[in-house]
Amino acid sequence: MSPRITFEHELEELKENVANMSLQVEKTYRGLFQALEERDADRIRKIMEIDRAISDMERNIESRCLSLLTRQQPVARDLRIVTAGLKVVTDIERAGDHVADMAELFLRLDMNGPENYSEHLLPMAGEAVEMFHDAVEAFVERDEEAARQVIARDDVVDEFFNKVKDDLIECLKKETKNADECVDILLVAKYLEKIADHAVNIGEWELFQETGDIGMARLL
Amino acid sequence: METGRKRTKINARGLNLYYGCNHALKDIDMDIRPHAVTALIGPSGCGKSTFLKSLNRMNDLVDCVRIEGSVTLDGEDIYDPKVDTTLLRKKIGMVFQQPNPFPMSIYDNIAYGPRLHGIKSKSRLDEIVETSLRGAAIFEEVRDRLKKSALGLSGGQQQRLCIARALAVGPEVLLMDEPTSALDPISTLKIEELMEELKKKYTVVVVTHNMQQAARVSDDTAFFLVGQVVEFDSTKNIFSRPRDKRTEDYITGRFG
Repeated sequence: MSPRITFEHELEELKENVANMSLQVEKTYRGLFQALEERDADRIRKIMEIDRAISDMERNIESRCLSLLTRQQPVARDLRIVTAGLKVVTDIERAGDHVADMAELFLRLDMNGPENYSEHLLPMAGEAVEMFHDAVEAFVERDEEAARQVIARDDVVDEFFNKVKDDLIECLKKETKNADECVDILLVAKYLEKIADHAVNIGEWELFQETGDIGMARLL
Repeated sequence: METGRKRTKINARGLNLYYGCNHALKDIDMDIRPHAVTALIGPSGCGKSTFLKSLNRMNDLVDCVRIEGSVTLDGEDIYDPKVDTTLLRKKIGMVFQQPNPFPMSIYDNIAYGPRLHGIKSKSRLDEIVETSLRGAAIFEEVRDRLKKSALGLSGGQQQRLCIARALAVGPEVLLMDEPTSALDPISTLKIEELMEELKKKYTVVVVTHNMQQAARVSDDTAFFLVGQVVEFDSTKNIFSRPRDKRTEDYITGRFG
Protein backbone atom coordinates (compact mmCIF):
# COMPACT_ATOMS: atom_id res chain seq x y z
CA MET A 1 0.00 0.00 0.00
CA SER A 2 1.20 3.49 -0.77
CA PRO A 3 2.60 5.20 2.27
CA ARG A 4 1.18 8.46 0.91
CA ILE A 5 -2.28 7.82 2.31
CA THR A 6 -3.12 11.49 2.79
CA PHE A 7 -2.10 12.39 -0.75
CA GLU A 8 -4.00 9.45 -2.26
CA HIS A 9 -7.03 10.53 -0.28
CA GLU A 10 -6.75 14.08 -1.59
CA LEU A 11 -6.46 12.82 -5.18
CA GLU A 12 -9.61 10.79 -4.61
CA GLU A 13 -11.41 13.89 -3.35
CA LEU A 14 -10.24 15.83 -6.39
CA LYS A 15 -11.72 13.15 -8.61
CA GLU A 16 -15.02 13.34 -6.72
CA ASN A 17 -15.09 17.13 -7.03
CA VAL A 18 -14.60 16.91 -10.80
CA ALA A 19 -17.33 14.25 -11.04
CA ASN A 20 -19.75 16.35 -8.96
CA MET A 21 -19.14 19.50 -10.95
CA SER A 22 -19.70 17.65 -14.23
CA LEU A 23 -22.84 16.03 -12.88
CA GLN A 24 -24.17 19.47 -11.99
CA VAL A 25 -23.55 20.68 -15.56
CA GLU A 26 -25.14 17.57 -17.05
CA LYS A 27 -28.22 17.80 -14.80
CA THR A 28 -28.65 21.46 -15.72
CA TYR A 29 -28.32 20.65 -19.41
CA ARG A 30 -30.90 17.86 -19.30
CA GLY A 31 -33.13 20.02 -17.09
CA LEU A 32 -33.00 22.82 -19.65
CA PHE A 33 -34.34 20.70 -22.50
CA GLN A 34 -36.93 19.18 -20.18
CA ALA A 35 -38.08 22.67 -19.12
CA LEU A 36 -38.19 23.71 -22.77
CA GLU A 37 -40.40 20.76 -23.58
CA GLU A 38 -42.69 21.67 -20.69
CA ARG A 39 -42.49 25.39 -21.61
CA ASP A 40 -41.50 26.14 -18.00
CA ALA A 41 -40.06 29.67 -18.16
CA ASP A 42 -39.39 29.91 -14.40
CA ARG A 43 -37.22 26.85 -14.47
CA ILE A 44 -35.32 28.14 -17.50
CA ARG A 45 -34.73 31.44 -15.70
CA LYS A 46 -33.28 29.55 -12.72
CA ILE A 47 -30.97 27.65 -15.05
CA MET A 48 -29.53 30.98 -16.22
CA GLU A 49 -28.30 31.56 -12.66
CA ILE A 50 -26.75 28.13 -12.23
CA ASP A 51 -23.44 29.02 -13.84
CA ARG A 52 -22.47 30.97 -10.72
CA ALA A 53 -22.63 27.79 -8.62
CA ILE A 54 -20.65 25.95 -11.28
CA SER A 55 -18.00 28.69 -11.32
CA ASP A 56 -17.69 28.36 -7.55
CA MET A 57 -17.10 24.62 -7.96
CA GLU A 58 -14.46 25.38 -10.59
CA ARG A 59 -12.63 27.80 -8.25
CA ASN A 60 -12.75 25.23 -5.47
CA ILE A 61 -11.17 22.57 -7.69
CA GLU A 62 -8.52 24.99 -8.99
CA SER A 63 -7.65 25.98 -5.45
CA ARG A 64 -7.39 22.31 -4.44
CA CYS A 65 -5.10 21.55 -7.40
CA LEU A 66 -2.85 24.53 -6.70
CA SER A 67 -2.63 23.53 -3.06
CA LEU A 68 -1.70 19.95 -4.08
CA LEU A 69 0.99 21.29 -6.42
CA THR A 70 2.38 23.54 -3.69
CA ARG A 71 2.30 21.15 -0.81
CA GLN A 72 2.72 17.70 -2.35
CA GLN A 73 4.93 18.71 -5.27
CA PRO A 74 3.74 15.71 -7.27
CA VAL A 75 5.76 14.09 -10.05
CA ALA A 76 5.07 11.69 -12.94
CA ARG A 77 1.55 10.20 -12.88
CA ASP A 78 0.56 12.26 -9.83
CA LEU A 79 1.64 15.46 -11.58
CA ARG A 80 -0.38 14.53 -14.67
CA ILE A 81 -3.49 13.85 -12.57
CA VAL A 82 -3.31 17.17 -10.74
CA THR A 83 -2.53 19.26 -13.84
CA ALA A 84 -5.22 17.47 -15.87
CA GLY A 85 -7.67 18.33 -13.07
CA LEU A 86 -6.63 21.97 -13.28
CA LYS A 87 -7.24 22.01 -17.05
CA VAL A 88 -10.35 19.88 -17.30
CA VAL A 89 -12.42 22.14 -15.03
CA THR A 90 -12.15 24.93 -17.61
CA ASP A 91 -13.82 22.75 -20.24
CA ILE A 92 -16.50 21.64 -17.80
CA GLU A 93 -17.16 25.23 -16.73
CA ARG A 94 -17.40 26.44 -20.35
CA ALA A 95 -19.91 23.69 -21.10
CA GLY A 96 -21.93 24.97 -18.12
CA ASP A 97 -21.70 28.54 -19.48
CA HIS A 98 -23.08 27.38 -22.80
CA VAL A 99 -26.04 25.73 -21.06
CA ALA A 100 -26.82 29.12 -19.46
CA ASP A 101 -26.35 30.80 -22.87
CA MET A 102 -28.87 28.43 -24.43
CA ALA A 103 -31.32 29.07 -21.60
CA GLU A 104 -31.19 32.78 -22.42
CA LEU A 105 -31.87 32.08 -26.11
CA PHE A 106 -34.80 29.78 -25.33
CA LEU A 107 -36.42 32.54 -23.25
CA ARG A 108 -35.85 34.98 -26.12
CA LEU A 109 -37.50 32.46 -28.45
CA ASP A 110 -40.42 32.41 -25.99
CA MET A 111 -39.72 28.70 -25.58
CA ASN A 112 -40.76 28.05 -29.12
CA GLY A 113 -39.57 24.47 -29.78
CA PRO A 114 -36.43 24.24 -31.91
CA GLU A 115 -37.97 21.31 -33.78
CA ASN A 116 -40.13 23.90 -35.56
CA TYR A 117 -36.98 25.16 -37.29
CA SER A 118 -34.88 22.02 -37.63
CA GLU A 119 -35.67 18.40 -36.90
CA HIS A 120 -31.96 17.81 -36.27
CA LEU A 121 -31.49 20.14 -33.33
CA LEU A 122 -32.94 17.98 -30.56
CA PRO A 123 -31.08 14.83 -31.72
CA MET A 124 -27.95 17.01 -31.82
CA ALA A 125 -28.63 18.12 -28.24
CA GLY A 126 -29.05 14.47 -27.23
CA GLU A 127 -25.76 13.47 -28.85
CA ALA A 128 -23.81 16.39 -27.34
CA VAL A 129 -24.95 15.66 -23.78
CA GLU A 130 -24.13 11.97 -24.19
CA MET A 131 -20.66 12.90 -25.42
CA PHE A 132 -20.19 15.20 -22.43
CA HIS A 133 -21.35 12.47 -20.04
CA ASP A 134 -19.11 9.81 -21.60
CA ALA A 135 -16.09 12.13 -21.69
CA VAL A 136 -16.39 12.94 -18.00
CA GLU A 137 -16.88 9.29 -17.15
CA ALA A 138 -13.77 8.40 -19.17
CA PHE A 139 -11.83 11.11 -17.32
CA VAL A 140 -13.01 10.15 -13.85
CA GLU A 141 -12.70 6.40 -14.41
CA ARG A 142 -9.33 6.82 -16.18
CA ASP A 143 -10.65 4.90 -19.20
CA GLU A 144 -8.39 5.56 -22.18
CA GLU A 145 -10.46 3.54 -24.66
CA ALA A 146 -13.70 5.33 -23.74
CA ALA A 147 -11.90 8.67 -24.15
CA ARG A 148 -10.78 7.74 -27.67
CA GLN A 149 -14.36 6.79 -28.57
CA VAL A 150 -15.69 10.17 -27.39
CA ILE A 151 -13.05 12.00 -29.40
CA ALA A 152 -14.05 10.06 -32.52
CA ARG A 153 -17.69 11.10 -32.08
CA ASP A 154 -16.92 14.77 -32.68
CA ASP A 155 -17.71 14.30 -36.38
CA VAL A 156 -21.25 13.17 -35.57
CA VAL A 157 -22.04 16.46 -33.84
CA ASP A 158 -20.30 18.48 -36.55
CA GLU A 159 -22.49 16.76 -39.10
CA PHE A 160 -25.62 17.57 -37.07
CA PHE A 161 -24.52 21.19 -36.97
CA ASN A 162 -24.27 21.34 -40.76
CA LYS A 163 -27.71 19.76 -41.09
CA VAL A 164 -29.26 22.29 -38.68
CA LYS A 165 -27.54 25.10 -40.55
CA ASP A 166 -28.89 23.82 -43.88
CA ASP A 167 -32.40 23.56 -42.44
CA LEU A 168 -32.23 27.15 -41.19
CA ILE A 169 -30.98 28.42 -44.56
CA GLU A 170 -33.91 26.68 -46.18
CA CYS A 171 -36.28 28.35 -43.69
CA LEU A 172 -34.81 31.76 -44.46
CA LYS A 173 -35.01 31.20 -48.19
CA LYS A 174 -38.74 30.47 -47.90
CA GLU A 175 -39.55 33.49 -45.78
CA THR A 176 -37.60 35.98 -43.73
CA LYS A 177 -40.14 36.95 -41.08
CA ASN A 178 -38.62 34.39 -38.67
CA ALA A 179 -35.06 35.47 -39.36
CA ASP A 180 -34.41 36.48 -35.72
CA GLU A 181 -35.51 33.10 -34.44
CA CYS A 182 -33.48 31.29 -37.10
CA VAL A 183 -30.33 33.14 -36.02
CA ASP A 184 -31.03 32.29 -32.38
CA ILE A 185 -31.51 28.62 -33.23
CA LEU A 186 -28.24 28.71 -35.16
CA LEU A 187 -26.58 30.08 -32.03
CA VAL A 188 -28.09 27.24 -29.98
CA ALA A 189 -26.65 24.79 -32.49
CA LYS A 190 -23.27 26.49 -32.22
CA TYR A 191 -23.36 26.22 -28.42
CA LEU A 192 -24.18 22.52 -28.71
CA GLU A 193 -21.31 22.08 -31.09
CA LYS A 194 -19.01 23.89 -28.63
CA ILE A 195 -20.19 21.64 -25.78
CA ALA A 196 -19.24 18.63 -27.92
CA ASP A 197 -15.83 20.27 -28.51
CA HIS A 198 -15.39 20.59 -24.75
CA ALA A 199 -16.32 16.90 -24.42
CA VAL A 200 -13.54 16.11 -26.89
CA ASN A 201 -11.13 18.22 -24.84
CA ILE A 202 -12.17 16.38 -21.66
CA GLY A 203 -11.45 13.10 -23.49
CA GLU A 204 -8.05 14.47 -24.45
CA TRP A 205 -7.28 15.42 -20.87
CA GLU A 206 -8.00 11.82 -19.92
CA LEU A 207 -5.45 10.66 -22.50
CA PHE A 208 -3.02 13.25 -21.11
CA GLN A 209 -3.46 11.77 -17.63
CA GLU A 210 -2.32 8.42 -18.98
CA THR A 211 0.37 9.48 -21.44
CA GLY A 212 1.45 13.07 -20.88
CA ASP A 213 0.52 13.74 -24.53
CA ILE A 214 -2.24 16.01 -25.73
CA GLY A 215 -3.23 15.49 -29.36
CA MET A 216 0.06 15.01 -31.16
CA ALA A 217 2.05 17.09 -28.72
CA ARG A 218 4.05 15.80 -25.78
CA LEU A 219 3.38 18.11 -22.83
CA LEU A 220 5.15 16.16 -20.13
CA MET B 1 -6.30 37.55 24.52
CA GLU B 2 -8.08 34.75 26.31
CA THR B 3 -9.17 33.02 23.09
CA GLY B 4 -5.66 33.43 21.66
CA ARG B 5 -4.26 31.69 24.71
CA LYS B 6 -6.66 28.78 24.33
CA ARG B 7 -5.50 28.13 20.79
CA THR B 8 -1.84 28.12 21.77
CA LYS B 9 -0.05 25.09 23.18
CA ILE B 10 3.42 26.57 23.40
CA ASN B 11 4.10 30.23 23.50
CA ALA B 12 7.54 31.83 23.15
CA ARG B 13 7.91 35.53 23.94
CA GLY B 14 11.06 37.63 23.57
CA LEU B 15 13.17 34.49 23.67
CA ASN B 16 16.89 35.19 23.51
CA LEU B 17 19.51 32.50 23.86
CA TYR B 18 23.27 32.92 24.10
CA TYR B 19 25.97 30.25 23.90
CA GLY B 20 28.67 32.22 25.69
CA CYS B 21 28.90 35.38 23.60
CA ASN B 22 27.18 33.81 20.57
CA HIS B 23 23.68 35.27 20.33
CA ALA B 24 21.95 32.17 18.89
CA LEU B 25 18.26 33.13 19.22
CA LYS B 26 17.11 36.72 18.92
CA ASP B 27 13.76 37.91 20.24
CA ILE B 28 11.75 34.93 19.17
CA ASP B 29 7.97 35.29 19.48
CA MET B 30 5.98 32.24 18.42
CA ASP B 31 2.58 30.72 19.19
CA ILE B 32 2.50 27.00 18.47
CA ARG B 33 -1.00 25.66 17.95
CA PRO B 34 -2.19 22.44 19.62
CA HIS B 35 -2.90 19.43 17.40
CA ALA B 36 -0.99 20.89 14.52
CA VAL B 37 2.38 20.17 12.93
CA THR B 38 4.66 23.19 13.04
CA ALA B 39 7.73 23.04 10.80
CA LEU B 40 10.90 24.99 11.50
CA ILE B 41 12.97 25.61 8.37
CA GLY B 42 16.08 27.61 7.57
CA PRO B 43 19.72 27.20 6.57
CA SER B 44 22.23 25.44 8.83
CA GLY B 45 23.12 27.43 11.91
CA CYS B 46 19.98 29.59 11.74
CA GLY B 47 18.84 28.56 15.23
CA LYS B 48 15.95 26.25 14.41
CA SER B 49 17.35 23.25 16.33
CA THR B 50 18.37 25.51 19.20
CA PHE B 51 14.82 26.87 19.33
CA LEU B 52 13.41 23.32 19.24
CA LYS B 53 15.65 22.28 22.14
CA SER B 54 14.67 25.34 24.11
CA LEU B 55 11.08 24.05 24.09
CA ASN B 56 11.92 21.22 26.50
CA ARG B 57 14.99 22.77 28.07
CA MET B 58 17.49 20.49 26.40
CA ASN B 59 19.76 23.54 26.14
CA ASP B 60 20.07 23.55 29.92
CA LEU B 61 22.52 20.70 29.45
CA VAL B 62 24.88 22.91 27.43
CA ASP B 63 27.61 24.79 29.32
CA CYS B 64 27.54 28.59 29.41
CA VAL B 65 24.07 28.89 27.92
CA ARG B 66 22.02 31.92 28.93
CA ILE B 67 18.32 32.27 28.21
CA GLU B 68 16.09 35.35 28.43
CA GLY B 69 12.40 35.76 27.73
CA SER B 70 9.74 33.16 28.28
CA VAL B 71 8.44 29.86 26.96
CA THR B 72 5.10 28.65 28.27
CA LEU B 73 3.35 25.32 27.91
CA ASP B 74 -0.41 25.72 28.39
CA GLY B 75 0.34 29.07 30.01
CA GLU B 76 2.88 27.70 32.52
CA ASP B 77 6.43 29.05 32.31
CA ILE B 78 8.72 26.07 31.58
CA TYR B 79 11.78 28.06 32.72
CA ASP B 80 10.33 28.62 36.18
CA PRO B 81 12.98 27.38 38.67
CA LYS B 82 10.33 25.18 40.29
CA VAL B 83 9.81 23.17 37.12
CA ASP B 84 11.04 19.57 37.28
CA THR B 85 12.79 19.09 33.93
CA THR B 86 12.26 15.32 34.02
CA LEU B 87 8.52 15.84 34.22
CA LEU B 88 8.71 18.59 31.62
CA ARG B 89 10.45 16.24 29.18
CA LYS B 90 7.81 13.61 29.92
CA LYS B 91 5.25 16.10 28.64
CA ILE B 92 7.42 17.29 25.77
CA GLY B 93 9.13 14.32 24.14
CA MET B 94 11.89 14.45 21.57
CA VAL B 95 12.98 12.43 18.55
CA PHE B 96 16.39 12.99 17.03
CA GLN B 97 17.98 12.94 13.61
CA GLN B 98 19.76 9.61 14.07
CA PRO B 99 17.52 6.85 15.38
CA ASN B 100 18.98 6.05 18.80
CA PRO B 101 17.38 2.87 20.16
CA PHE B 102 18.85 1.64 23.42
CA PRO B 103 20.89 -1.57 23.07
CA MET B 104 18.11 -3.70 24.52
CA SER B 105 14.95 -5.44 23.31
CA ILE B 106 12.18 -3.66 21.42
CA TYR B 107 9.91 -4.20 24.42
CA ASP B 108 12.41 -2.83 26.91
CA ASN B 109 13.08 0.22 24.76
CA ILE B 110 9.44 1.20 25.03
CA ALA B 111 9.00 0.11 28.67
CA TYR B 112 12.12 2.02 29.75
CA GLY B 113 10.44 5.39 30.26
CA PRO B 114 7.28 4.11 31.97
CA ARG B 115 9.42 1.95 34.33
CA LEU B 116 11.53 5.01 35.14
CA HIS B 117 8.31 6.81 36.03
CA GLY B 118 7.39 3.98 38.43
CA ILE B 119 5.12 1.68 36.45
CA LYS B 120 5.85 -1.92 37.47
CA SER B 121 2.71 -3.87 36.54
CA LYS B 122 3.49 -6.32 33.73
CA SER B 123 0.05 -6.08 32.21
CA ARG B 124 0.11 -2.27 32.32
CA LEU B 125 3.55 -2.24 30.68
CA ASP B 126 2.36 -4.71 28.01
CA GLU B 127 -0.51 -2.40 27.28
CA ILE B 128 1.71 0.69 27.05
CA VAL B 129 4.18 -1.10 24.77
CA GLU B 130 1.46 -2.20 22.38
CA THR B 131 -0.36 1.16 22.35
CA SER B 132 2.87 3.08 21.82
CA LEU B 133 4.06 0.80 19.01
CA ARG B 134 0.64 1.05 17.37
CA GLY B 135 0.70 4.82 17.78
CA ALA B 136 3.99 4.91 15.89
CA ALA B 137 2.64 2.60 13.16
CA ILE B 138 5.20 -0.13 13.78
CA PHE B 139 3.39 -2.69 15.95
CA GLU B 140 2.41 -5.00 13.09
CA GLU B 141 6.02 -5.16 11.90
CA VAL B 142 7.51 -6.08 15.28
CA ARG B 143 4.73 -7.87 17.19
CA ASP B 144 6.47 -11.27 16.80
CA ARG B 145 9.91 -10.04 17.85
CA LEU B 146 9.28 -7.79 20.84
CA LYS B 147 11.96 -9.56 22.85
CA LYS B 148 14.55 -9.23 20.08
CA SER B 149 17.15 -6.48 20.05
CA ALA B 150 15.96 -3.14 18.70
CA LEU B 151 19.31 -2.79 16.96
CA GLY B 152 18.24 -5.45 14.45
CA LEU B 153 15.55 -3.14 13.02
CA SER B 154 16.02 -1.12 9.83
CA GLY B 155 16.74 2.61 10.13
CA GLY B 156 13.15 3.56 9.36
CA GLN B 157 11.82 1.04 11.88
CA GLN B 158 14.30 2.24 14.50
CA GLN B 159 13.08 5.80 14.03
CA ARG B 160 9.44 4.76 14.45
CA LEU B 161 10.54 2.77 17.53
CA CYS B 162 12.07 5.97 18.91
CA ILE B 163 8.78 7.76 18.26
CA ALA B 164 6.97 4.93 20.07
CA ARG B 165 9.42 5.28 22.94
CA ALA B 166 8.62 8.98 23.15
CA LEU B 167 4.89 8.20 23.13
CA ALA B 168 5.21 5.63 25.92
CA VAL B 169 5.50 8.23 28.67
CA GLY B 170 2.29 9.96 27.55
CA PRO B 171 3.60 13.24 26.15
CA GLU B 172 1.52 16.18 24.96
CA VAL B 173 4.10 17.58 22.57
CA LEU B 174 6.57 15.82 20.28
CA LEU B 175 9.67 17.65 19.14
CA MET B 176 11.37 16.13 16.11
CA ASP B 177 14.81 17.23 15.02
CA GLU B 178 15.24 16.28 11.34
CA PRO B 179 13.61 12.90 12.04
CA THR B 180 13.93 11.60 8.47
CA SER B 181 17.24 12.98 7.26
CA ALA B 182 18.95 9.61 7.85
CA LEU B 183 16.15 7.61 6.20
CA ASP B 184 15.36 6.40 2.68
CA PRO B 185 12.40 7.95 0.78
CA ILE B 186 9.87 5.23 1.65
CA SER B 187 10.73 5.25 5.36
CA THR B 188 10.55 9.05 5.16
CA LEU B 189 7.03 8.91 3.73
CA LYS B 190 6.00 6.52 6.51
CA ILE B 191 7.19 8.96 9.15
CA GLU B 192 5.46 11.82 7.33
CA GLU B 193 2.19 9.90 7.25
CA LEU B 194 2.69 9.12 10.91
CA MET B 195 2.98 12.84 11.71
CA GLU B 196 -0.45 13.34 10.17
CA GLU B 197 -1.81 10.75 12.61
CA LEU B 198 0.21 11.97 15.59
CA LYS B 199 -1.13 15.50 15.41
CA LYS B 200 -4.61 14.22 16.20
CA LYS B 201 -3.40 13.41 19.72
CA TYR B 202 -0.28 15.49 20.11
CA THR B 203 1.25 18.80 19.17
CA VAL B 204 4.16 18.24 16.80
CA VAL B 205 7.10 20.56 16.13
CA VAL B 206 9.56 19.40 13.49
CA VAL B 207 12.87 20.78 12.30
CA THR B 208 13.52 19.87 8.71
CA HIS B 209 15.98 20.71 5.97
CA ASN B 210 13.62 19.18 3.46
CA MET B 211 11.38 21.92 2.09
CA GLN B 212 9.07 19.42 0.43
CA GLN B 213 8.61 17.73 3.76
CA ALA B 214 7.66 20.98 5.44
CA ALA B 215 5.18 21.69 2.63
CA ARG B 216 3.70 18.19 2.80
CA VAL B 217 3.35 17.58 6.50
CA SER B 218 3.05 20.84 8.37
CA ASP B 219 0.17 23.17 9.11
CA ASP B 220 2.35 26.13 10.09
CA THR B 221 5.90 26.95 9.08
CA ALA B 222 8.49 29.22 10.66
CA PHE B 223 11.45 30.40 8.60
CA PHE B 224 14.57 31.05 10.69
CA LEU B 225 17.58 33.08 9.61
CA VAL B 226 20.62 33.98 11.74
CA GLY B 227 18.77 33.39 14.98
CA GLN B 228 15.61 35.26 14.04
CA VAL B 229 12.20 34.22 12.86
CA VAL B 230 11.83 35.97 9.52
CA GLU B 231 8.32 34.71 8.87
CA PHE B 232 5.84 32.49 10.66
CA ASP B 233 2.56 31.70 8.94
CA SER B 234 0.35 28.92 7.70
CA THR B 235 2.33 26.50 5.53
CA LYS B 236 -0.04 27.25 2.68
CA ASN B 237 0.85 30.93 2.78
CA ILE B 238 4.57 30.38 3.29
CA PHE B 239 4.80 28.13 0.24
CA SER B 240 2.38 29.98 -2.02
CA ARG B 241 2.88 33.65 -1.23
CA PRO B 242 5.43 34.38 1.47
CA ARG B 243 5.42 38.00 2.67
CA ASP B 244 9.19 38.34 3.11
CA LYS B 245 11.54 38.26 0.15
CA ARG B 246 14.13 36.33 2.18
CA THR B 247 11.61 33.54 2.77
CA GLU B 248 10.78 33.44 -0.91
CA ASP B 249 14.48 33.37 -1.86
CA TYR B 250 15.14 30.53 0.56
CA ILE B 251 12.25 28.26 -0.36
CA THR B 252 12.81 28.79 -4.10
CA GLY B 253 16.51 27.94 -3.73
CA ARG B 254 17.74 31.44 -4.62
CA PHE B 255 19.29 32.02 -1.25
CA GLY B 256 22.63 33.72 -0.76
